[in-house]
Amino acid sequence: MPRGMPRAEPTVDMTPAIELRAMRRAFGSVVALDSVSLAIAPGEFFALLGPSGSGKTTCLRLIAGFDQPDGGTILLDGEDVTNTPPFARNVNTVFQDYALFPHMTVQENVAYGLRVRGVAAAERAQQAAAMLDLVRLGEFGARRPHQLSGGQRQRVALARALINHPKVLLLDEPLGALDLKLREEMQVELKGLQQRLGITFVFVTHDQGEALSMADRVAVFSQGRIEQLDTPRELYNRPQTAFVASFVGSANVVGREAAQALTGRDRAFAIRPELIDLLAAGEPAADGHVQCAGEIVDVLYHGASSRLRVKVNERTTLAVARSESAGGVQGLATGARVRLAWRPDHAVPLRD
Amino acid sequence: MAGRAEFSLQGRQAFYFALLLAPPLLWLGIVYLGSLFTLLLQSFYAIDEFTARIVPEFTLATYRQLLTQPAHIDIILRTLLMAAAVTVAAAIIAFPVALYMARYAGPRTKAFFYVGVMLPMWTSYLVKVYAWRLILAKQGIASWGFEHLGLMGALDQALAVPVVGGPSLASSYIGMFVVFVYMWLPFMILPLAAALERVPASLLQASADLGARPGQTFRNIVLPLALPGLAAGSIFTFSLTLGDYIIPSVVGAPGYFIGMMVYQQQGTAGNLPLAAAFSVVPIVLIGLYLMLARRLGAFDAL
Amino acid sequence: MRSELPRRPSWERPSLFTRVMAAAGLVFLHAPVWVIALYAFTTEDRTYQFPPPGLTLHWFEVAFARDDIWESMRLSLLVASAATLLAIILGTLAAFALARRTFSGKESITLLFVLPIALPGILTGLALLAGMRTVGLEPGFWTIVAGHATFCLVIVYNNVVARLRRIPPSWVEASMDLGARGHQTFRYVLLPQIATALLAGGMLAFALSFDEIIVTLFTAGHERTLPIWFYSELFRPRERPVTNVVAVVVILVTLVPILLAYYLTRPDEQSQGS
Repeated sequence: MPRGMPRAEPTVDMTPAIELRAMRRAFGSVVALDSVSLAIAPGEFFALLGPSGSGKTTCLRLIAGFDQPDGGTILLDGEDVTNTPPFARNVNTVFQDYALFPHMTVQENVAYGLRVRGVAAAERAQQAAAMLDLVRLGEFGARRPHQLSGGQRQRVALARALINHPKVLLLDEPLGALDLKLREEMQVELKGLQQRLGITFVFVTHDQGEALSMADRVAVFSQGRIEQLDTPRELYNRPQTAFVASFVGSANVVGREAAQALTGRDRAFAIRPELIDLLAAGEPAADGHVQCAGEIVDVLYHGASSRLRVKVNERTTLAVARSESAGGVQGLATGARVRLAWRPDHAVPLRD
Repeated sequence: MAGRAEFSLQGRQAFYFALLLAPPLLWLGIVYLGSLFTLLLQSFYAIDEFTARIVPEFTLATYRQLLTQPAHIDIILRTLLMAAAVTVAAAIIAFPVALYMARYAGPRTKAFFYVGVMLPMWTSYLVKVYAWRLILAKQGIASWGFEHLGLMGALDQALAVPVVGGPSLASSYIGMFVVFVYMWLPFMILPLAAALERVPASLLQASADLGARPGQTFRNIVLPLALPGLAAGSIFTFSLTLGDYIIPSVVGAPGYFIGMMVYQQQGTAGNLPLAAAFSVVPIVLIGLYLMLARRLGAFDAL
Repeated sequence: MRSELPRRPSWERPSLFTRVMAAAGLVFLHAPVWVIALYAFTTEDRTYQFPPPGLTLHWFEVAFARDDIWESMRLSLLVASAATLLAIILGTLAAFALARRTFSGKESITLLFVLPIALPGILTGLALLAGMRTVGLEPGFWTIVAGHATFCLVIVYNNVVARLRRIPPSWVEASMDLGARGHQTFRYVLLPQIATALLAGGMLAFALSFDEIIVTLFTAGHERTLPIWFYSELFRPRERPVTNVVAVVVILVTLVPILLAYYLTRPDEQSQGS
């Protein structure tokens, strides 16, 4: 299958909420997006995942209208908006730095989208207050942005973006600036909000855990291209390329030649650290399991699940995860020789 | 010497510190503050009408003279009005320049603009005033320009307007106004550009994202956030105009301005107390202006 | 560093109005100075006729032969040199004292260091005159220098303190850690860093002093610096182009230090070593 093709398509008779066709964007000699295509269904919670510089943020900005592609088309609800300015598109954005207007109160910020459309003051105030209640900030209308905490500011940004009842909400690294606890809370809140509102959410993140836990489908970006577009489960269990395998869930990636040496088969594969067993001394491998031996080069205690790195040959070091209840890394030290085994169907074959 | 940020000074360090600070502090304290103080003191003295000598006794007579004579009030009002007009005009002209410099110019163009604004700012003050004298003179460039554009009639009409007009551009309030605006323009452009540059791009994008057309974004977001820059620039234009005495004497109508009054009173008239009293006026006016600006929330967005 | 800019979307480009007005503003700022240069070459010496009836270099000869011009120039250069020297010493001392320490009263002292350029020149001039009269000092060379030095030291102070504040405190600590004493740290670590700022401040101070008229008119008495000469010539009806020649010279003399100062104080990569 050619690269960049989405694996799962929305139902044929539903117009995609967002469709990108062969989008290209370059900044000088740097190609940020290289002929990217995808389709997002209405009501989906969609993630654009990738490391920095992969093109995911550029993609989001093009959808919002803050930038124009060098080639290709963008369709919102079936309509070509490639040359439409952002104030004429029916999408709204929650910015990474929240972009709250410092010279307006929280209420004025939230009501802004209505104000520029000429909605009367009384009506604006009412709707803004309702929206603030929705994000549980009803009491904060008269405050100024600088008086709020990070999490509160984000909720104001959310309320502000939703006041126009857009069909699509774009979120640029929404949880990046929050601490762990707050992040987990917001994940639940965002998911719940989306389900209640029923609109399409598209968010950009570099955190694969976030993408996997919140999204219905994820597009994994690398170097301006989509490596794989799939549901979280498929991405995790059946990565198609080495990049996806190591980026999403940090699997071991074994290249062709090394695979030849280990399994006798000339095909690159990925295997998750938690699916590799450590055989006790003298314990035979189960029937049909692939096995190999190696020397421990690294031991990392992580509490619930610890990691070993085992060098099995010249080019290959495998990471093995072992839960504390299974023994963790107790008694294991650098330099010791161990034997590893895994089920052949747990090894996921990779393209190229 | 320059050590870490310290919050208490002990012994030896305090000694070195005092050693460093003493000379400049003494200089500024004695030469500068001392002089300012004697000036203030002078304003509370008065001239003896008969001997024309300064009587070193505390009195409010000079201030009374300042504030009750209609001619004096005229002078103050005239200067104030000019300062206000210059400030408004400078703000309007400066805005496109500052906006372009701060938000649209690429790095090389921006540097070019900064140098382009800075150079005239630092060019000799007298040379610039003189240049305008040339330009506005009866047979100078301005006349030539108006003639060739067929606008001589308009110019004559403008000069015929009472109060602001005059026999020629070089001796009218209009001419003076143009020169003032020219001279202080860089002082308005630079703070304005700095303020405009500080507006995060994401705010403008958010505004567009929420449906505001470019004109609305400008009115609702750019302008309010540029206000501190405008305020800062206006303080310059205001105070520089209030205190200037050279421009009104080189280019302009016969009416007196505060600066000219100060210069004349301390010189030929020998009335230092009155000159001192007059020079206090700009300070008071600027102070009032600052308070007004703060009350109007000009510094809120900071 | 990317030398090309990303292409802006069509709805974000500056309007024609903005671009034209921006260029017009810039031209407005520069045109008068070019005008003065033009008039230095005109053959007509009594009026400001435009276009000039003819062009000549005659006035340059006349100007160079005038002794009063040279006298004033000499005085201005001397005053500027003396004022700049004083300003460099006092300004640098103040900068080192105030760069990082906090102490009670720091705010007022910092305010004091802003006043000389914040208050209108006429106030400074008149105040100095009043001060001189009070102590019975006769205006002359040194009173001019004193007046100039007062605000020149503020210029130097601003430049040096800005640079000092950009030096990470860890540099001084590293130097001390490696065994350097106070004056060695100053000489080997701090001085090279502030050298350009000092130079820039000094040059700005020089240009400012050379060109100063507002305060100088109060403190000069009978001395004539070049700006004072210039001011008195403004109302003479004869040999006008000579004044223009002097104007051109003044522009050139002050242009060089200004430009140099600008290039020296642009944030450059050298000062960021961490």
